[in-house]
This record gives sequence, structure tokens and C-alpha cells, in this order.
Amino acid sequence: MTGIWNAIFAAGFFANPEVQNALWLGGVIAVVSGCIGVFTVLRGQSFAGHAMSDMGAAGAAGALLAGGTAVAGFLSFSVVAGVSVDLLGVRPRDRDVATGLVLTAVLGLGSLFLFFDTRTVGAPEIILFGSLFTSDPGLTPWLSALGAAVLLALAILFRPLVFISLSPDTALARGVPVRAVGFAFMLLLALAVGESSLVVGSLLSTSLLIGPASAALRVTARLRHAIPLAAGLGLLGTWLGILLAYDSFYWPPYGRGWPVSFFITGIVLAIHLLSRLCPPADRHGSTRAERTAKRGV
Amino acid sequence: MTTTWDAREEILALQKVSVHFGQRTVLSEIDLSIGGGEFIGLIGPNGAGKSTLLKVLLGLLPPSSGSVHVLGRAVRRGSAVIGYVPQKIHLDPGTPLTGRDLVGLGLDGHRFGFAIGGRHRRERIDDALRSVDATHLAQSPVGRLSGGEQQRLLIAQALLTEPKILLLDEPLSNLDIKSAREVVRLVARISRERGVTVMLVAHDMNPLLDVMDRIVYLAHGHAVIGPVDAVVQSDVLSGLYGYPVEVLRTRNRILVVGGQDTELEDWNLAGEEHCDGGVAVS
Repeated sequence: MTGIWNAIFAAGFFANPEVQNALWLGGVIAVVSGCIGVFTVLRGQSFAGHAMSDMGAAGAAGALLAGGTAVAGFLSFSVVAGVSVDLLGVRPRDRDVATGLVLTAVLGLGSLFLFFDTRTVGAPEIILFGSLFTSDPGLTPWLSALGAAVLLALAILFRPLVFISLSPDTALARGVPVRAVGFAFMLLLALAVGESSLVVGSLLSTSLLIGPASAALRVTARLRHAIPLAAGLGLLGTWLGILLAYDSFYWPPYGRGWPVSFFITGIVLAIHLLSRLCPPADRHGSTRAERTAKRGV
Repeated sequence: MTTTWDAREEILALQKVSVHFGQRTVLSEIDLSIGGGEFIGLIGPNGAGKSTLLKVLLGLLPPSSGSVHVLGRAVRRGSAVIGYVPQKIHLDPGTPLTGRDLVGLGLDGHRFGFAIGGRHRRERIDDALRSVDATHLAQSPVGRLSGGEQQRLLIAQALLTEPKILLLDEPLSNLDIKSAREVVRLVARISRERGVTVMLVAHDMNPLLDVMDRIVYLAHGHAVIGPVDAVVQSDVLSGLYGYPVEVLRTRNRILVVGGQDTELEDWNLAGEEHCDGGVAVS
């Protein structure tokens, strides 16, 4: 028994302070991304979410050049990106074009920042592929508080957000401030994306945002089940990824752990593919699992 | 539907309502006085100003001039007195909401936070679902329902605030003839049972002939209101359109035919979905 345990959790896994920090921070971000992700998928804003993380990368490069931390750049630039995507276009076609053009221009700026930054070792790698194990533990309480604030704000926006996502005309007629609620969600999305870019890198943050959410929406037809399920699946992917990355230190080539982002995105993809095997809920709202459970009772 | 409209309390009053978009006049001096429990069909070809009038009634668009009063008060957006059923909503098959969730949005979707499910809330939603014969759809994912079923849920959603007026925007346009007939019958029953004033927008008056108390016929931004037999007459509609049109009554259907060849194309556009073999219908 201990042999299996030790084979799974390599020596020092739970005692290692970097691992402890990564488990906590990764957990916070997985839960926030999963919850926000359900609404992102529901509102068809996956592309906007991805654009924010790309622009966040340019921000992170700028922050490193200015001698700051990557996380400050990620958060500020994804918020700016979110605001501009929201303001630039209301019609979907305008929005796509505007997002695409602003996105590439800002990425170009990011490449310039990286070119000038000669001090930070491995800056492109940190920005694009994440730095969960090397994240400054001093930032963890702040990032946790930010994550909690995002979840709280999402809870407050919950009903009007569902209303405007499903039936904007009726919501408008009922007096919901449709534009303001949509804008507020865009801000929350930007903050969630900025945080998750820190974990798995800007290129891969979309994985944590929409992977667990789309899998959860496939498995259940109920919003109040989908949200905790998405958070749980994200948590599973992140923690399993951290464990495998830690264990991979003993895999060839010896003495160098594999990137944690590789494991997390791989596991999220696997979760997504597994969820496709599950048949969609029927007209009566039961998934196969729920029907089986009912028969069992 | 035996009492005359003017015997009832006035619910909705429009006085000289005009809407201009730049140089273009979309609504021109509309006067309407509508009573409690009336079933009104708002009929007119595409581009006649039906959607604009609905926006004015919902308080979403302030008229350029004139006044709109609901129960004696100036209209405002978000009023619980008006229930609104949108034309259609786009629901992905995977939408993670049940019929009950969708209907519940009508009660408290505009409030912040989560819905705290009390017995009172549940009973009101059950009551609205019963009113539209959709109790069996309560647990169904809304994205998997047919257009007619979604329509019924949207009507239930609009009923939750116990409105005095129900505005339905083209509820029949995406439905097959059988579903359309069911929706009309359902709305008429709700109007009768709850004493709700109904204003149903359509470009074809024929499905509504049995249930309408009065018709509001809208064309080129002008409106005529009255009983169908008084309004849908060749001379009245010719005056409204500004060129000769002819009203044909054949069996139980009414066809409005454009009098000029040049207008025929417009006419066909206006009624193409419900035009079965006729030249053109209203």
C-alpha cells in the first residue's frame, strides 16, 4: 500500500513549499475559471476570453520590462482588453474584426517588450507557458482574495446574467441594465483570464476556462449542477497536472520536471473528450447517469 | 368577448404618438384607447412600424411627440404591468436551463443574486406553467423543446408578474399552422381567464379572426383601430395605404390585395409566409 502511495506521490510532494503554493493557487484559479467558464461558453465569448489572455501576455512582457511582476501585467492588460472588446463593437461581426485587429497590434507590442527586456531569464516561457511552481508565494493571498471577489461578484450578477444571456429582449423590457451587466461580466472574465494566464501561461489559459465548463455543460442540463461540476473538473485537472509535473522530475531526461502546463492542458482535453462520449440530456432533462440513478432507487 | 370595449376600464392610452428617425416618419400621430381584457391584433405589412410601436409601448423608445399612458401613468421600462413575449429567442440545444428556470426568470430574473426557492415562488411558477399547459415541460432542457413549446414557456414567463397587458411580438411567425392555432387559442383563453389585455403582433390577421375584439391596422406609420368588419374594408385600407387596395372575403379568410401592379411585390413580401395560393394577403 505504501509502495503504491509512494509511487504516486513522489518523495516530498506534500512537504515541498512550492508544491503547496502551486496546489493552493492552482486550485483557486481552477475554481474561478470553471465558474466563469460556464457563462463564457453559454454567452459564446470563448474567443473574447482567448483574446484577453493574448493581450495579457503583452502586458506581462511590459511589466517584466518595467521591472514588475508578470501577474500585474497579465491582470491590467486583460482588463483593458476586456473593456475595449466590449466598447469596440456591439454587433458580432464588428466585435470579431475589432477584437482580431486590436489583438494582433497588442501582441506586436508584446514582442517589442520581450525584445527590449534583457534582464528576465526565460521571460517568453514564463509568459506563454506559465510559472505555477515559481510564482511568488507573497502574491498568493492577494490572488486568492481576487479570486474570491470574482466569485462573489459572479454570484451577485447570477440571475440578470442568465437573463441577458438567454433572452436579451425580454431582459431589456423587464428593466435589466443589459449593457452594464454584460460589461461587468466582461470585467470578471478579464480578471479570471488574467489569473489563469499566470498558472498555465497565456497560450493555454483558454484550456482551463472553457474545457471543464464545456464538459460540465455536456454532462448536465442544469446550470446549478454545471457550475460546481466545472469547478471540480478544473480542480481535478490542475491538481493531477501538478502531481504529474512533480513526479516527472524522475522521468527521462532525469533531473528536469516536465512543464505543468503540458499536463494540465492534456488532462483537460482528455476530460473534454470523455464528456463527448456521454449522450446529451434528453427532452425530459435526464442524462443517462441520472436515469440509471433513478432506476436504482 | 360579449361586452363592448368602451364599457371597460381604459388600460392603455396613446395620444398623438409620433416617432421620427431623422427625416423618416415611422409612426405618425397614433391615437389608441384600449380597455381591460381586450384582445387586440396589431396587423400590418413588414416595415409598417409594428416593432417601433411595441418598443414605444414597452417604454424602450420614447416617442418623438405624444404620450403613452398605462393604467393612467406614463409608461416606463421594466413595468410589471406589461408582460412581453419576444419574437423568438435563440436557445442552443445544450442550454443548461429547464423550463421552470426559464419561466422563473420572468419573476425575478432582473434581481441580483441567486433565486432563493421558497414555496411561494414555486407555486407562482407552477401556476404560470399550468396556464400555458406546460406543467410537463418544467424539467425539460429548454434547448431541446420545439418552437411552439418554447413559445408557451415564454408566455408563462411573461405572466409571472401578473401583468394587465400582454404584448406578443409575432408569436406565430415561426410556427406551423397547427401550433399557431394552439398558441392563438391559448392566448385567448389566458386573456379571458385572467382578464388580461392582449396585443398580438402579426402580419396575417386570419389566424386571429375568431378571437380578436378589435384590430389595429398599421400601414405607412398610420393606424386605424376598430372591429375587423369596420376596419378591413376596401375604402378604409385604401385610405390608410394611400392607394387603392381591395379586400376579398373568401370562405373564412380575408385577403387584402394591392390595387397597383407596382405594389404587388411589396404585398407578397408582407404576407408570403401565410399566403397559400392567393395573390397576396395582409
